Amino acid sequence: MAETGALLSVRNLSKTYGALVVTDNVSLDIPERELHVIIGPNGAGKTTLIHQLSGRLPSNGGKVVFAGEDITRLPMHQRVRRGLARSFQITALLDGFTALENVAIAVQARSGSSFRFFAPVARDRKLNDEAMAVLARLGLEDRAHRRAGTLSHGEKRQLEIAVALATGARMLLLDEPLAGTSHEESAVLVELMRALKQTHTLILIEHDMDAVFSLADRISVLVYGKVIASGPPAEVRAHPEVRAAYLGDEQADKAPEAAAAGGGR
Amino acid sequence: MNSSTTNIAPAHLAEVRVSFRTAGFAALAMFAILAALPLLTLVTGDAFVLVVATRIMIFALAALSLDLILGFGALVSFGHAAFVGIGAYAVAILNAYGVNDLLVQSLVAVAVAALFALVTGAISLRTRGVYFIMITLAFGQMLYFLMISLSAFGGDDGYTLPARSTVLGMPLLENNLVMFYTVLAVLVGAFLLARMLIASRFGRVLRGTRDNAVRMQAIGFSPSPYQLTAYVIAGSIAALAGVLLANQVEFVSPAYMSWQRSGELIVMVVLGGMGTLAGPIAGAAAFILLEEWLSSFSQHWKLGFGLILLLVVLFSKGGVGGLVKRLLGGAHHG
Ligand SMILES: Nc1ncnc2c1ncn2[C@@H]1O[C@H](COP(=O)(O)OP(=O)(O)OP(=O)(O)O)[C@@H](O)[C@H]1O
Ligand SMILES: [Mg+2]
Repeated sequence: MAETGALLSVRNLSKTYGALVVTDNVSLDIPERELHVIIGPNGAGKTTLIHQLSGRLPSNGGKVVFAGEDITRLPMHQRVRRGLARSFQITALLDGFTALENVAIAVQARSGSSFRFFAPVARDRKLNDEAMAVLARLGLEDRAHRRAGTLSHGEKRQLEIAVALATGARMLLLDEPLAGTSHEESAVLVELMRALKQTHTLILIEHDMDAVFSLADRISVLVYGKVIASGPPAEVRAHPEVRAAYLGDEQADKAPEAAAAGGGR
Repeated sequence: MNSSTTNIAPAHLAEVRVSFRTAGFAALAMFAILAALPLLTLVTGDAFVLVVATRIMIFALAALSLDLILGFGALVSFGHAAFVGIGAYAVAILNAYGVNDLLVQSLVAVAVAALFALVTGAISLRTRGVYFIMITLAFGQMLYFLMISLSAFGGDDGYTLPARSTVLGMPLLENNLVMFYTVLAVLVGAFLLARMLIASRFGRVLRGTRDNAVRMQAIGFSPSPYQLTAYVIAGSIAALAGVLLANQVEFVSPAYMSWQRSGELIVMVVLGGMGTLAGPIAGAAAFILLEEWLSSFSQHWKLGFGLILLLVVLFSKGGVGGLVKRLLGGAHHG
């Protein structure tokens, strides 16, 4: 697997709930600096797959290798420490913390021991400066001192990405980051992801086809827990099974222009 | 939409700061009143007030330590009285062996409590929610029955101390005023320590885990070591409360660590407002004053007590502290 040169290798991953197969023998290879989009209808098992890759849920079978190391049985926090972080489809922030604190605590997690009992952390310049820089990348500076629970839905979605970014991970698993964002917010996020392609490896789950085709290096299509197609956008778009199972013909026709406009690889 | 949210921003900012400051001010006010209390007893000549106030502060210390894990760590320990009991029995058992120095007794109490917390906490923290409540309750009861079976130290009947502990060989604590100020000093010290812990890197991880444990894992924290550390610190502080309790009443009994006692500590924290540090001090005061007052009316006082508790919990978000804050806030707006 390591020979493939992939940063993340997934082999025959499965997840079942009783008789229900939610992840069905999924294999993927994501090379470094690839932005890999996973699409699929509602309930296809996309979030479940992210849960398995991030360590939120155990798998029933198969293997996950990250940076040459078998991480199949590692808990979530250790995967993050190794550079594999995620965001949540259902926003999961520290609602009682300010936006800045939500990001600063992610910086704190990778900046030395947290068994420090004396100095007030709110005045830790190093953590705050780094956190503020991440907030700035998402245009959230003026929300820094607002409690996360009081932010608008779109701002929470952006903060969710800011926190994932602040972990310092080299690979990010983003579960529908654009869902519920306004037009402007989503534009900020799309530009951010385009920029992140230069420095990060990404798995992106997304329903917004314009964004998908403008960003993706490769696309995998998940239906009933199975990868029915995987490859460059043009190839996936032309795939007959995909057209039948997922993309309406209308969307499939629209896609080429979107890809061209986005300047995807 | 955008402009309206901008307008709200300073208000929320202020709210965060104010609640932190109000808690500080509330504690400061309570400590000032307590520090001045002996003057009142000089005037009235009634020493009973001092005795009750000392008792309040001892339970406030135990409640404050419970707030560290209950209010800031979301760990509902139903065995916290066990640590108070460890502190009390450290005094009794060392006394039986001729060791009466307060500092030595306190050190032993804290060491044993920390060890007990480390072992039982490590096991308890493998569970969550209701199971955590049950297992901490079980550990507390285990210790309770152990002390009942130790006939060398009075078993069920308890152990009467011949005198209070000495400080550097001097019987300073025999004076109720010295006892009072010693307890006050320990309480203030514990409050400041707890406040510092909560505001530190460590405290932030603890608070974050309380808010959303999955989020904490998703940014690279394993919550358990932090929760366990908080559990050990809380147990150690509660043991100090036990040392002081044994000294004040000059008597030690397994009843100090019964599950009812643990429940009462939870009530004090909830009554005063969880996660505020100042609240549990007020909660302990309210609890013990109510207990004194109601028991003077009838022997069925516990019924009335239960009703009052129910009303506070149902109608006052944030306990007594929240009630006061809302009354004050209401006055401001009105
Ligand atoms: N704990 C569970 N027990 C049983 N079935 C579950 C459980 N969690 C998820 N499922 C099922 O697994 C399937 C996949 O769910 P998942 O949330 O991964 O889909 P998804 O592709 O992310 O959908 P969406 O696009 O709506 O976010 C669904 O049919 C869901 O009902
Ligand atoms: Mg999903």
